[in-house]
Amino acid sequence: MSRQRQNRRKSHAQQSSSRLQAYLSHHREVAAFSLGKLLKAPVASFMTIAVIGIALALPGAFYHFLKNAQAVSQSWDDSAQISLYLSHDTSDEQGKAIAAALTGRAEIISTRYISQSEALAEFKQHSGFGGILDALSTNPLPGVIIAKPNLSRPRSTQLTHLISELERMPAVELAVFDTEWVARMYAILDVVQSVIAIVAGLLCLAVLLAVGNTIRLDILARKEEIIVIKLIGASDAFVRRPFLYGGFWYGLFGGLFAILLISLALILLEGPIQTLAKLYNSEFSLRILSPAMLLTLLGSSSLLGLLGAWLAVSRHLAQIKPS
Amino acid sequence: MIYFEHVSKRYGQQKDTLTDVNFHLPMGEMAFLTGHSGAGKSTLLKLITGIEFTSRGQVTVNGANLSRIKTSQVPALRRQMGIVFQNHQLLYDRSVFDNVALPLKIAGYHFSEIERRVRAALDKVGLLRKEKVNPVTLSGGEQQRVGIARAVVNRPLLLLADEPTGNLDPELSNEIMTLFRQFNAVGVTVLIATHDLSLIQQLNYPRLTLEQGRLIRNELGSERPQ
Repeated sequence: MSRQRQNRRKSHAQQSSSRLQAYLSHHREVAAFSLGKLLKAPVASFMTIAVIGIALALPGAFYHFLKNAQAVSQSWDDSAQISLYLSHDTSDEQGKAIAAALTGRAEIISTRYISQSEALAEFKQHSGFGGILDALSTNPLPGVIIAKPNLSRPRSTQLTHLISELERMPAVELAVFDTEWVARMYAILDVVQSVIAIVAGLLCLAVLLAVGNTIRLDILARKEEIIVIKLIGASDAFVRRPFLYGGFWYGLFGGLFAILLISLALILLEGPIQTLAKLYNSEFSLRILSPAMLLTLLGSSSLLGLLGAWLAVSRHLAQIKPS
Repeated sequence: MIYFEHVSKRYGQQKDTLTDVNFHLPMGEMAFLTGHSGAGKSTLLKLITGIEFTSRGQVTVNGANLSRIKTSQVPALRRQMGIVFQNHQLLYDRSVFDNVALPLKIAGYHFSEIERRVRAALDKVGLLRKEKVNPVTLSGGEQQRVGIARAVVNRPLLLLADEPTGNLDPELSNEIMTLFRQFNAVGVTVLIATHDLSLIQQLNYPRLTLEQGRLIRNELGSERPQ
């Protein structure tokens, strides 16, 4: 390769890297320009930002409280257990073997076998009817296996299947899920989660329309400017860019406003909830917004802003032409 | 540079705004486009800038046949030319510097290069000291010079002007014309649409005269370019 060609290649590479630099600095400039436009009309901008903020704060706060509720209910998992009452003719060895076999299953975390005599001793100790039992010739109490189900994926249908399956075992007389209300609680939380998802979807649509409408008005207000820069050779992407950045900023600030609103709500609710928790002898307190939640809120709000702007821009920019 | 071949333009069902226009403006030439208002001067310029397209015939600008290019290629076409408007078409939400810098930003130049070229262009039109002010504070003649600086900052091969001296007194008009002649002297092809006959008569450049959409006087010729 001749030196000349090498030099030419080098200068070509330099040129394209400086093109990229120019492109990036142009983006920085447009971002700053759009931000400046927003700040120049603070009242009007705040209206849009507040609409976005409130619309996002509602599902955000609901979701946060749901997460709190799920954290509380997780501690109830420990008390969720299935009691298997064995038939009288099951021996201790058989009972232990069944318990061991059950431990091997995926849906069951652990089992504990209580033999007939252990049950009797426990009953005597706690019930105060020890004397009456002594009068009986045989031990009326059955052997019991206490199984802890794996509720990391709480699906009540799964749990119902498990219980009926356990009940079909020949040695098992009766299977009782002691804390069926936990399952109901999970089912309720599932419903709540779905409702939140639907509400969130609708409110996201509202955000999209709010940003879209603001950007539409912005486009119409800057019609002359758009015509001029189209006349001097601006590509559609160039014309579009400041509006897209505008939408992005609206979204981002809307997200920040939503975080502010949720935090404010958390501060206001902290006192009453602690009083309530104390009445239930609970250590429960509301958690602050997690970093993941903050990122999700800001990310989705910016994205919604960008999308809303895109909608407005793709609808209206093509109609504005020099004539 | 600009070649019109049997060009007619009709808006909707009305009669032709331009009828069978033929001319060839060679590279590096300067010419005037004249005629009464409504004679079709603006329409002719719109056909060159890709704002409108011909109903019949063909327009070729710098080798590109405009009836064949796609809408997405129009911006690139316009970046090859500088356009001076009668009403300046400046943006009043930014400084003189930023107005003139716009074509360079659109073309994707680096800031250091933009700065150098904008200063050079403003210096050329004698407004270097006004680069930071808002154009709305400038006089009509000054605003027009900002418009010219913006049109030439990207060193276009072709400079189009639509009534550039429309609202200016004779002295200012002469200044503007001197600028155009200077650009032409360094090789820029210039086409100026104007109805200011006194101005044209002082200067000895070929004329295209339109009357009711027909080219009644063509001092350029219309032979096909090589």
